Amino acid sequence: MRSQRPRLILTILTYAALIVLVAVVLYPVLLVCKKAFEPGRQFAISASPIPTDLTLDHFGELFTTRGGNGELLFLRHALNSIIVALLTTVVGVSLSCTAAYALSRFRFPGRKTGLTMFLVVQMFPATLLLLPLYVILNKLNLLNSISGLVLVYSTTAIPFCVWTLKGYFDSLPRELEEAARIDGASPWMIFRKIILPLSRPALAVTGLFSFMTAWNEFIMASTFMTNQTRYTLPVLIQSTVTEFSADWGLFAAGAVVTSLPVMIAFYVLQKYLVGGLTAGAVKG
Amino acid sequence: MSELELTGIQKVYEGVARPVIPDLALTIPSGQMAVLVGPSGCGKSTTLRMVAGLEEPTAGTIKIGKRDVTNLPPAERDIAMVFQSYALYPHMSVFENMAFGLRIKHLPESEIRKRVHAAADNLGLTPYLERRPKALSGGQRQRVAIGRAVVRAPKVFLFDEPLSNLDAKLRSDMRREIARIHQQSKTTSMYVTHDQIEAMTLADMIVVLKDGVVQQIGTPVDIYERPANRFVAGFFGTPSMNFLTADLTATGERQSARGAGFEIPLAARAPALRPARENVARIVVGIRPERLSLSGTGDDVALTGSVAMREVLGAEVVLHLDSAAGPLTVRTDAGSAPRPGDSVQVWLDPKMIHLFDGATELRL
Repeated sequence: MRSQRPRLILTILTYAALIVLVAVVLYPVLLVCKKAFEPGRQFAISASPIPTDLTLDHFGELFTTRGGNGELLFLRHALNSIIVALLTTVVGVSLSCTAAYALSRFRFPGRKTGLTMFLVVQMFPATLLLLPLYVILNKLNLLNSISGLVLVYSTTAIPFCVWTLKGYFDSLPRELEEAARIDGASPWMIFRKIILPLSRPALAVTGLFSFMTAWNEFIMASTFMTNQTRYTLPVLIQSTVTEFSADWGLFAAGAVVTSLPVMIAFYVLQKYLVGGLTAGAVKG
Repeated sequence: MSELELTGIQKVYEGVARPVIPDLALTIPSGQMAVLVGPSGCGKSTTLRMVAGLEEPTAGTIKIGKRDVTNLPPAERDIAMVFQSYALYPHMSVFENMAFGLRIKHLPESEIRKRVHAAADNLGLTPYLERRPKALSGGQRQRVAIGRAVVRAPKVFLFDEPLSNLDAKLRSDMRREIARIHQQSKTTSMYVTHDQIEAMTLADMIVVLKDGVVQQIGTPVDIYERPANRFVAGFFGTPSMNFLTADLTATGERQSARGAGFEIPLAARAPALRPARENVARIVVGIRPERLSLSGTGDDVALTGSVAMREVLGAEVVLHLDSAAGPLTVRTDAGSAPRPGDSVQVWLDPKMIHLFDGATELRL
């Protein structure tokens, strides 16, 4: 009995600390949620995260606002965001998994330099790249185009994806590939039938990262997409709060709706986010 | 017929001055199981991997059934390999693991089913066909790895230390299993191990390697009874052979090996022996621990020592003695064994000794 008491205290302390942490993280989110469901354009003075009055007006306004050409703005921008984010994921993951496999398995001149360059590029803040990227996109006639934005987002996502995937491929036992070679599989078949299925956890992580990079990004989208029909969701949301008029209710409703797909993606992919798929390949 | 023939094989790794394998020639007759054995780093696995096509020889040719496969990729060599780590595809069921190679060959589905089920039946894997490797024990995983090789019906089987990851009991079970499958299929096999017991029990022919150089090729009995040099003599047998340094002396017609505290008459046993100078030559006398006994007869030579340690193996004990001639190991019945500290006399039958040249270490 006596030995259990300190353990109980430790448990209580651990939980208390965790509760504080969760509160710190969740409080701003709750405030936004509260605003989304509360009437009025201004943020309330009260610090309580529980709304005093409930309304769906902000959501109604969000979904029904029409742009200059009469189309529903939110749907237009949501579609833009979805296309950009999905294309970024496909382009980013497919390019980085092939690159990472080569970097993991083959030795060629420039391999180390390439890997270092990927890291160095990661160190620059995105804002630093705004101007040169703008010039490049302008020259390529890709301003205000979905493909231009996809290109920009992919270049930001690929270095991280390559490093993550390379690290994962490095951990896959080489004997598996050797066994497959002896079984008669071609290099492409080994990659597709052995390596990729085993890399699902890493692919899920990098895919999610690419998707989120594109989905949440604001600065580049607002710089390169000047035509309102080309806005992505973060740009739309930001446009509800301007110098002259700030509709925080609309802003909050937009933020809540925008964060839903990412939450769903996390939920769907969570089983892949835990590793351990290679257990049983070799004795361990 | 599919004999495996290696000629003039050399393997040099980039940046390493000494070749792993300087010059290797080896022929495994069709249907035989050759076991490559030696200490780690002796080049046995490298040799196997070159036969598999996973590594390229720097020079030399590899032929399987008279066909030169030296420059062919593994897939075109008609071989199958069992890995030490099993190397099963973790995301596939046992059935799919075994069927993978057959699917690549585009065999009809009915043929794939027939072959996999036959192999699974033979290896006792039928109840596990739908399981993933993760859900199998070590022994079962290795069976699957063997099954994956068997279904391919290749010209040559390659085994790369397949039992090293198993515990002692399973290892001896699997050893018998591999022997049984080899008996059935009579497929030419190359088996790499560092375990001399596996080599002795499985091999039709044993190839002893050291530093990439073949020390001896022979049947298990050959290797044990007539080791070609001191290294082979010491590598096989547990506990390993006793070595006593001695001088070869000749007085008239009689030759003898004379060392610290003993003199063994060699009679007419080794006519090739010629004392190098001043009627004396350095030699090494080898005697297996089970050939030393605590009681002697007429012509036996006695050595005296004191018991330093006693290891009980059950029916037998191993005695470690300190003697004037150096440490001695004796394997004897458990009943009569003396205790540590006792002074004992052990007897050696001069007909049972092995003689090695002191300088070249070759058998005399």
